[in-house]
Amino acid sequence: MNRRLLLGLPFVAAAAAGGAFYAMLHGMETGTFDPRGTNSMLIGKPMPDFTLPGFSAADVRAAHHPLVINFFASWCVPCVDEAPTLMALAQAGVSLWGIAYKDKPAATDAFLARHGNPFYRLARDEPGRVAIDWGVTGVPESYLIDAQGIVQWRFTGPLPLAAAKILAEKLHA
Amino acid sequence: MIRLALLLALLAGPALIGPAWAISDPSEALPNPRQEARAVEIGQQLRCLVCQNESIEDSGADLARDLRKIVRTQVAQGKTDQQVIAWMVARYGDFVRLRPPIRWDTALLWASPVIALLAGAAAIFAIRRRPPASLPPLDAAEQQRLKSLLES
Repeated sequence: MNRRLLLGLPFVAAAAAGGAFYAMLHGMETGTFDPRGTNSMLIGKPMPDFTLPGFSAADVRAAHHPLVINFFASWCVPCVDEAPTLMALAQAGVSLWGIAYKDKPAATDAFLARHGNPFYRLARDEPGRVAIDWGVTGVPESYLIDAQGIVQWRFTGPLPLAAAKILAEKLHA
Repeated sequence: MIRLALLLALLAGPALIGPAWAISDPSEALPNPRQEARAVEIGQQLRCLVCQNESIEDSGADLARDLRKIVRTQVAQGKTDQQVIAWMVARYGDFVRLRPPIRWDTALLWASPVIALLAGAAAIFAIRRRPPASLPPLDAAEQQRLKSLLES
């Protein structure tokens, strides 16, 4: 009996590991799990103060409604992937505010002309210094800001459609 | 002989010249060598958020260069090591520290080498304490076979 129990142990361990790996891969697909992801320090806190050509933190607060701030760049390949999702979100009535990260204005404009412009407002962070205050680790990165200017959610990497759905749910909650 | 000497000189050369700058661009360095040494020491404790297993001193990423610049600006302003690191943690979380702080939620992480060592010691102890398995005595047929094997 003892011996059979011991023999069964590796199978149980393998099954548990398999289940865990499946959950991770599934989460990566739907955007609920990111192995490289880190927790944002901003969640539940007011967004950092900033003034950029295009808009400032005061402008975001003055909107008085929930909105999404998206850091992107024309040189960023995943941003191309994300473009159709952002367009769909904009068409669904989500207020998207874009911040072009370390990008030349002409290049940003060409990118938006080519892939569509989902943004209600566009700001330019050419030195990338404001992005550091937000804890941006790479582009694209999206932040959900509530009507009080508090950061409620952050997503690193291109928004998958499933994550966009979570976002839309949070916005309508 | 000359060739061997040359080879040795080439091999020993870098060690004699001293360590290269950790950063690739010397123009980034602070003019004050003591401040620069401090900035390097701080930077080596900070994780590059782009290539996650490198420090910002070792990384060639754009963001790492920006963070190096911020570390140097703050060191030149007379901020302490703790203040500079706290500034980074406020933005990127404890993840930015290559050496995580010792706290309750990191206790398991810090204790894991000790736990592994103790588990190994316990396993060795358990195996050595177990008495060797006793074999059933040989029956008549086996006794016979043993005898014939020994005699042949």
